Amino acid sequence: MLTFKDVTVKFAGVTAVKDLSFEVPQGNIYSIIGPNGAGKTTVFNCISRFYTPAAGTIDFNGKNILKLKPHQVIHEGIARSFQNVELFAKMTVLDNLLVGLHPTLKKNIFSISLNLPSVKKTEKESIKKAYEVMDLLSITDLANEKVRNLPFGYQKMVDIGRAIISSPKLILLDEPVAGMNPVETKKISELILRLKKEMNYTVLVIEHDMSLVMEVSDFVTVMNFGQKIAEGTPQEIQKNPVVIEAYLGEVEENAQIV
Amino acid sequence: MKQLFTNRKPWLFLLVLLFLAYPFIVGQSVYLISIFVMVCVYAITAMALDLLIGFGGQVSIGHAGFLSVGGYTVAILTTKLGLPFLLVLPLSGVITGIIGLLIGLPAVRLSGNFLAVVSLGFGLSIPQIALNWDSLTGGYSGLPLARPEWLSNDSQFIYVIILMTVVIIWILHNIVKSRLGRAFVAIRESEVAAQATGINVPLYKTLMFVISAFFTGIAGGLYGYWIGFVSPNDFSVFTSFLLLGMIVIGGLASIPGAIIGAIIFTVLPELTKSLIGLTNIIIGIAIVGIILFRPNGLISLLEMFRIKKPSKKVMDEQEVYLSDLEQGGAARDANV
Repeated sequence: MLTFKDVTVKFAGVTAVKDLSFEVPQGNIYSIIGPNGAGKTTVFNCISRFYTPAAGTIDFNGKNILKLKPHQVIHEGIARSFQNVELFAKMTVLDNLLVGLHPTLKKNIFSISLNLPSVKKTEKESIKKAYEVMDLLSITDLANEKVRNLPFGYQKMVDIGRAIISSPKLILLDEPVAGMNPVETKKISELILRLKKEMNYTVLVIEHDMSLVMEVSDFVTVMNFGQKIAEGTPQEIQKNPVVIEAYLGEVEENAQIV
Repeated sequence: MKQLFTNRKPWLFLLVLLFLAYPFIVGQSVYLISIFVMVCVYAITAMALDLLIGFGGQVSIGHAGFLSVGGYTVAILTTKLGLPFLLVLPLSGVITGIIGLLIGLPAVRLSGNFLAVVSLGFGLSIPQIALNWDSLTGGYSGLPLARPEWLSNDSQFIYVIILMTVVIIWILHNIVKSRLGRAFVAIRESEVAAQATGINVPLYKTLMFVISAFFTGIAGGLYGYWIGFVSPNDFSVFTSFLLLGMIVIGGLASIPGAIIGAIIFTVLPELTKSLIGLTNIIIGIAIVGIILFRPNGLISLLEMFRIKKPSKKVMDEQEVYLSDLEQGGAARDANV
């Protein structure tokens, strides 16, 4: 469904991602893991078109997405959440989700200015849709809270909700459980599994929390220093000596410095 | 009784009625009516500016320039081309909107202080252009213009102004409540997230400038028709700052806030007219005082009133939310 082929990203001499190739199959939960600075978020930012790779191609359902601008990506059916929740802080939960519906709504400025019945109708429908998503995330009672007043865990939920409300084909989740406690983590991993099983979404996850990765993933790619060092099912990855070295090696290095 | 407070419609109706009856209430006093007209002109402009600054987060400190452009458009089209009123008034918005587009295009690439300087440059240059382009603007002596016969009487024309003000309030309210308004606020809050949710940020930023300039141009046009004369001194940079003050003291990102600000800063200079030289000091003190004690503007007084009497539903929602938090907290303790 989503294909990376020999993608290289450079920032003024620093190679953040080097010759990365992988393919996310439809209907799967695909995880990218790796130590800090491995280039995982850079991968997401390439898909969202905030960065442009120096070389390589990224195809989504056979279409080259490198030709798109950032705001056009969602029209192809790719939605994302952010590592450091980029929510609209002063808006309510409901409004945040409604912004997520932006690409699907009517565009005519004149009918909006005059608040024609057609605009009222789509507005009602989108509010209904927003409440469905809030039900799914069990945050309905927070609908009219301003997002900045919410605890971090709920903000993450809203961020994910904003990504799924436009019914995308592929959802990118950037560290969905960072900073969450084990109970909240469990909630999110159940949610991700539900997205796959009940709604047939394809999910691409970046995550540090191994309990979540091992529980939800169908397939895992491990990155280190911008390169893919291993891939396979969660069970294979757990036993892979290269992966163990990448993680433990880092610990040893730190130990020496201390 | 409670319902009377929470249901806004009767209040809105009462306000519009008061608006329409104003000329009769003040007994056709020319002075009070002309203050009222200025309130309308500034209220439209303040709302348009608030759309840009309060909702969209794009700074403009040269908005008086758009008022001048609107005024001159009306004067030039009426005097030099002899176009009819019903065509000229919308054109004053359209032409100012085109100027807004030209200003908005660089705004796509600029933000914060840089954008402020660009808009300041615009606000400063418009009166200079008006002063020096003699053949078009009449230079220092300005341009006279006449209203059509069927509106020549002030007591007739004031209803055009009232009607336009009410319609523009309604339109801007619709825009702000729509997906368009949400997109503007989204751009203010996080451009990155706005792009990721499919908002074409450059397009919407430009659109903000065009909409804001359009309505400001109409306000300028109404002013030109009301006074019957436009000159380079009508709207200076001081007006731009006053407009900024209006939306800040009224409360940013609030249409009623912009209107309240416009009323206060139009009436205040009139009240202090006898104290020569003190007007600006009093305006300054008012701005500082409100920023210190009501940083969210006067409109936040209303919201305070609303929070004091939360509906039962809100209380229930809060309880559910709190108990949920407690459970989360308890669960966390158990895990540790």
